[in-house]
Amino acid sequence: MADTMQFDLVSPERKLASVQASEVRLPGVEGDLTAMPGHAPVILSLRPGILTVVSTEGTSEFAVTGGFAEVSGETVTVLAERGVTKAELTAAIHAEMVAEAKKVLEAAHPSVADAAAKMLADMEALGSHMTI
Amino acid sequence: MPSLKDLKNRITSVKNTRKITKAMQMVAAAKLRRAQESAEAARPYAEKMSAVLSSLATAVGSTEGAPRLLAGTGSDTVQLLVVMTGERGLCGGFNANIAKLARTRANELLAEGKTVKILTVGKKGRDALRRDLGQYFIGHVDLSEVKKLTYANAQEIADDILGRFDAGEFDVATIFYSVFESVISQKPTAQQIVPAEIETDASGTSTVYDYEPGDQEILAALLPRGVATAIFAALLENNASFNGAQMSAMDNATRNAGEMIDKLTVEYNRSRQAAITKELIEIISGAEAL
Repeated sequence: MADTMQFDLVSPERKLASVQASEVRLPGVEGDLTAMPGHAPVILSLRPGILTVVSTEGTSEFAVTGGFAEVSGETVTVLAERGVTKAELTAAIHAEMVAEAKKVLEAAHPSVADAAAKMLADMEALGSHMTI
Repeated sequence: MPSLKDLKNRITSVKNTRKITKAMQMVAAAKLRRAQESAEAARPYAEKMSAVLSSLATAVGSTEGAPRLLAGTGSDTVQLLVVMTGERGLCGGFNANIAKLARTRANELLAEGKTVKILTVGKKGRDALRRDLGQYFIGHVDLSEVKKLTYANAQEIADDILGRFDAGEFDVATIFYSVFESVISQKPTAQQIVPAEIETDASGTSTVYDYEPGDQEILAALLPRGVATAIFAALLENNASFNGAQMSAMDNATRNAGEMIDKLTVEYNRSRQAAITKELIEIISGAEAL
């Protein structure tokens, strides 16, 4: 079995990353998931968090604001609404993301308010991970 | 017969026009390249999105309780037409072609006794449709201040449309835009976005995925994104088409101006020569009469 798999991170506007990865850690809504080559096919929703890619060239980290991932044995494709590399994520961008999440929570219908509140909490947690 | 002075003024004016159209053509060419690049860059996302949606739809689509965005409301009496055109003119038949397609469709639907609602994106389509279909307008999205189209723009339009869908304002939504085929060919197209038209993979050969959380939840979360993605793709296609159409329209205009200048110059030279000849004849016949 191959020891790497194709990893793609795409946003609606452009392709953010495309590498051969040996391991991808995904922040799923029901808990984190590590995909390695040969993983069973799964489609999962992502919560805002840090996505870690271990490839032959080293480890890189991305901050994603939700989206979903498609994992199959040989490929991992992440469709993120917004994704930035950890290096690019500044306090200003993070503050903007949190503000956006707050706005969503305020506008949210009672039935989805819980989900929106969770999203805001995730966003804030994202900031504490970043040490910014 | 225009005087020499008139002809000269005319030639100068056409030359100035040619300079302007030439400049616009070059600007459109530069913008077209950028527009094509961004349309290209957005493709992987859209492709993946439709692939995942189609495998999900295959799994969930036919079961009971499929989301309304996929299954529809069970009726098609209220039709929403989203007409996406450019914000500017001077682009040949680009805006007119989209408006024409939308108008034909609206008239067909009205003839069938359906209710039509129109949402316009872009000023030109609104102006073109206002006279005969103005009473069906329910909204307008203004993108004239937008320098560079982003996903956020598409998201806003999608939110507007989905909000109206949830409020039960319409049953079926169709977007009208122009597909960029080449610089000289842009095809006006209608695409149904609500309920989503998804090719279900009937062969059953595709990979069987696990879904986390459930497939219903993922499908419910993905469908609105699918709508936004379709709108975003349409906006980008439209932008590329607009610049392509403008480029070829301006290319034609520049060429026509050149031809006109040649024609006017010939006329100018002829009338100048005619004036000289006339004067000579007058002098000669005067001399002969003596």
